[in-house]
Amino acid sequence: MSAQIFPRNANAIVWVSILGLVLLVGGIVAALVGLYLSPWFTDVGVPKAQPVPFSHKHHVDQLMIDCRYCHATVERAAHAGFPSTDTCMSCHSQVWTNSPLLQPVRDSYRTGDPVVWRRIYDLPDFVYFNHSVHVAKGIGCASCHGRIDQQQLTAKAQPLFMGWCLGCHRNPEDNVRPRDEVFNMRFDPLTLPLEERVKLVESYQIPTDGRLTNCYTCHR
Amino acid sequence: MVQPARKLNGSRLVRFAWLPLCLVLAACHVDMYDQPRYQPNQVSTFFRDGRAMRPPVENTVAIGSFDPDSALLTGKVNGELASELPVELTAELLEHGRTRYDAYCAPCHGIAGDGNGVIAYRGPLQVPSLHQDRLRTVAIGYFFEVITNGVNRMYSYANRIPPEDRWAVAAYVRALQLSQYADVNDLSAEERQQLGVK
Repeated sequence: MSAQIFPRNANAIVWVSILGLVLLVGGIVAALVGLYLSPWFTDVGVPKAQPVPFSHKHHVDQLMIDCRYCHATVERAAHAGFPSTDTCMSCHSQVWTNSPLLQPVRDSYRTGDPVVWRRIYDLPDFVYFNHSVHVAKGIGCASCHGRIDQQQLTAKAQPLFMGWCLGCHRNPEDNVRPRDEVFNMRFDPLTLPLEERVKLVESYQIPTDGRLTNCYTCHR
Repeated sequence: MVQPARKLNGSRLVRFAWLPLCLVLAACHVDMYDQPRYQPNQVSTFFRDGRAMRPPVENTVAIGSFDPDSALLTGKVNGELASELPVELTAELLEHGRTRYDAYCAPCHGIAGDGNGVIAYRGPLQVPSLHQDRLRTVAIGYFFEVITNGVNRMYSYANRIPPEDRWAVAAYVRALQLSQYADVNDLSAEERQQLGVK
């Protein structure tokens, strides 16, 4: 009878090791995916420090100022239009004229140097995006910018993954709304019955033949 | 003893088959996210004032934006404020004017034009009512002129409201004024009955 080379529990050790390895690899992958989806990477809900702590909640929700008052080119151009200092001063030359918070704006108006705001929604440069066509086709501000009227400090509402863009380009009826509700933050398109939204897609001539999911729709 | 030169055979080549992949992967570069071109409102280290968006050189006139004889662009006819709309008055124009008015004018002038907008309400502002006699009788070109150049404490809205839209707003202001001074005798007999007036 020959001597045993492996101890009795060798089989168990092998199985536990294999299981441990699988769990370890799986855990590492899960942790990486979790990090990738977390605000730490996507910045969703994380405001950036700005030269002036501008509150959309105050201006949009409490004062009910229309989005277009400041973002004036949103219906005409690819870029929604960042308000110039002149736009801020068209009210703040009269109201809140002594607020220390607004000192950078007054300095900018006096010297002509722009206020350097930090961009919140920064798409990769290989993505073509046009605000005007989305607004014209009945996609509301809130569909991408969330309830920005409830934000004291501005932060991203969406991680801007390509799959998220495609979700709406595949099923525009989930997000379309009547054109006169585009700038209404309180309107929820899902309160409309599906048939009505399908009708809107049709009457706004939103392509449903697959053109919206072609690569060159956004990568041109 | 000299080693004979090794022949470059097929199996050696296969071992380096991954090399061309490096060329392809070299394109996987985050530089594609931030390409060397300017985006709107970006900071520039090239220009002294730090702006990537260049303000036009002084006295620049964009093609199609200047015609001293055009009432549409100047709001004036022969140097006098235009007394008639230079565009066709349609229901769509008034509706378009309403959206512009509500977005750009209502914060101060109020939804109904009575000067009780939310900014006027919050701030120490006296905003004149659009329903005073002076503004009800003034030439319609006056509203175009004020939107374009501002007046008193009101800033110019020329860079936010294009000329065609300014006329839409002017037309809508006239409709607002009419709404506050409508004469019951202009209604049909049926409509008067609905309102309960003889």
